[in-house]
Amino acid sequence: MTITKLFLYTRFERFWHWMQGTLILLLIVSGFEVHGAYRLFGFETAFKVHNTCAWAWLVLYAFIVFWIVTTGEWKHYVPTFAKMFEVIRYYCSGIFRGEAHPVPKSERVKHNPLQRITYLGIVSLLVPFQMVTGFIYYYYNRWPQFGWNWTLGTVAVLHTVGAFAFLIYLIVHVYMITTGHTLGTHLKAMFTGYENIEAGK
Amino acid sequence: MRSKFRQKIGGWGLLPLMVCLLSVGLMASELRAAVVKAEDSELASGRVRARQASPKPARWVTADHSAHPILQQDFKSPEEVTKACLSCHNEAAHQVHQTIHWTWKDPADREGLMGKNGLTLNNFCISIHSNEPRCTSCHVGYGWKDASFDFSSEEKVDCLVCHDRTGTYKRFPTKAGYPVTELTKFGKKTFVPPDYRLISASVGRPSRNNCGVCHFFGGGGDAVKHGDLDSSLFNPSRDLDVHMNAEGSNFNCQRCHTTEAHFISGRSYKKPAFTERKSLIEDDLVKLISCESCHTEKPHQAGHKANDHTDKVACQTCHIPAFARVIPTKMYWDWSQAGRKKNGKPYKVTGEYDKPSYDTKKGSFVWEKDVTPEYFWYNGRMDYVLLTDTIDSKQVVKLNRVLGDKDDADSRITPFKVHRGKQPYDKGNNTMAVPHLFGKDQSAYWKSYDWNQAIAAGMQAAKLEYSGEYGFVETEYHYPITHMVAPAEKSLQCADCHAGQGRMASLGGFYMPGRDRQPLVDIIGWMAVAAALLGVAGHGLLRLVYGKKGE
Repeated sequence: MTITKLFLYTRFERFWHWMQGTLILLLIVSGFEVHGAYRLFGFETAFKVHNTCAWAWLVLYAFIVFWIVTTGEWKHYVPTFAKMFEVIRYYCSGIFRGEAHPVPKSERVKHNPLQRITYLGIVSLLVPFQMVTGFIYYYYNRWPQFGWNWTLGTVAVLHTVGAFAFLIYLIVHVYMITTGHTLGTHLKAMFTGYENIEAGK
Repeated sequence: MRSKFRQKIGGWGLLPLMVCLLSVGLMASELRAAVVKAEDSELASGRVRARQASPKPARWVTADHSAHPILQQDFKSPEEVTKACLSCHNEAAHQVHQTIHWTWKDPADREGLMGKNGLTLNNFCISIHSNEPRCTSCHVGYGWKDASFDFSSEEKVDCLVCHDRTGTYKRFPTKAGYPVTELTKFGKKTFVPPDYRLISASVGRPSRNNCGVCHFFGGGGDAVKHGDLDSSLFNPSRDLDVHMNAEGSNFNCQRCHTTEAHFISGRSYKKPAFTERKSLIEDDLVKLISCESCHTEKPHQAGHKANDHTDKVACQTCHIPAFARVIPTKMYWDWSQAGRKKNGKPYKVTGEYDKPSYDTKKGSFVWEKDVTPEYFWYNGRMDYVLLTDTIDSKQVVKLNRVLGDKDDADSRITPFKVHRGKQPYDKGNNTMAVPHLFGKDQSAYWKSYDWNQAIAAGMQAAKLEYSGEYGFVETEYHYPITHMVAPAEKSLQCADCHAGQGRMASLGGFYMPGRDRQPLVDIIGWMAVAAALLGVAGHGLLRLVYGKKGE
């Protein structure tokens, strides 16, 4: 079994990944404090952190989407069912037996089918959902001006549901990092851009 | 060679972009705040506005009262002083006659039912009817000792109680508004006959002392009634009252209670303190009775979330974090305990704060200091129980009711002192009762301690029917808290209300971040989070176990 080094993640990709990760973490921590789950920063600071991060994320998200579209990176997010079952089987049992990953990373295929569908779902559904509900929430005081007649409770609950989805995603995502060639392989790759790939059958 | 160069330059070329992105990203909210600031540039901070609008007054007078010949006389009675005043100020008594200070009935109430001289009552000394000489020591007139008082008399108007600037004019507590004519003792205090010539020579606009001698002592003693009006306001610290402290703005009462022709602006039974929220900028003759009149409706720093609260939360809610901050106020008064004697004699017990906790004449009390208000939706109006109204004695009788609703654009969440108590009612007719408390006659409760006699006499004086059977009922009286505005740094913080058990815990029907949640969503959400954690932990453990085996 040989290890080949593959340059997979460009500087900007790594930048937006960590930037987005930081923002999501801060938004989750401050958001659940605003939600009343615990006291950490204090309500006012949590509220300010949350709003600042929300705006920062909106700007970052625009750049990310622009990047994905213009660089052709969108190809890595096209969902596929080819080998999906194998990947699921791998994570359910193969991984314990030390089998090789059924969909090794390559420049052509950066993400396995499960990643593709998850990331696509997050970037196209969960993030927009959270942003839309978040900004509607943020502009609560202008609703009458906009002619909106909703209840804050509904918007807040939807936003909370999105927050739980993010938290659960984060937990699984962080865990999945450890499933590379070694525990730190994927983590290192997100810093250096180079992924160590097990080549050969 | 070329591609290597491109790779190098291309890679580093991204750096400025990243730096830009980072800064733009983090500054986005600041940019937004700047946009809001630009939008609101016409409305600067409300404090700045208010300070611009309230320089230290340069008061002037065009008359030296000490030089008026008519005041150079040895007045035999206070009425003679009034006559002298009216000889020049010939509209003054007529103006006073129109006000609630004189009528003790709300001029805004056409039916004449609202007011101490009407059919309303409270849960302190309950009603003035039959108790006039004691109560009317705070009536702006002389001699209202019973229902026969002549409300059309001009010479019975007391000019001096409001216009004395010497601080020596004192009315005796039980003489229906009259000062003493000879040295008289009342408790530990000795009352001295006023030097009318001296006092009338220096009359002027009322100071807060003039207002305070009555309004700080409502309910029969210092701080008893209101909780936000007491003798600590004669000379308040900045922490106690940011507008009235001497080192600061040093406002007198009229600075907010704009007065025109003896009509003092403020709330009365039927009339809110204001109905329009206008600022000086919109109307330079606006009465300054609302906070907005000086501070505008967006008083906080541009872009600050607090500005988004002003449509639903009264300024007082955050800026008066507690009432009775210096002197304890009475919170509970149980009349049903009155009349107990020790060795056949009336007695008093001193309790917490050195305040009476029991008095044979009045029953038992609870005093509290630094009290957190109760909060209600309030549109500036209240509803009052009348002595003629039928009550339900099984429930707490709200002697006045705070009007307002979360969906009403005029309502704001407002702080209140709620004074609770137990007081007599007519069991046969299910109406509230008027007891005759004060007096030297046998029917006065404070003479013979006989409720039945006292209520019969009180009801008769108020021209009300009494069945002859009485009981005690629990009551509540609501006082809006609006004085004792604390400095900004002492105001409430977000988390005081935005918390599970915060100050708004009792207000329902609307979603408040930090306070409210959909429990089912939270339970399912946290269970899913726990499942995810357990899942990855289990998966990791299995990897560990099998990995070890593999080795």
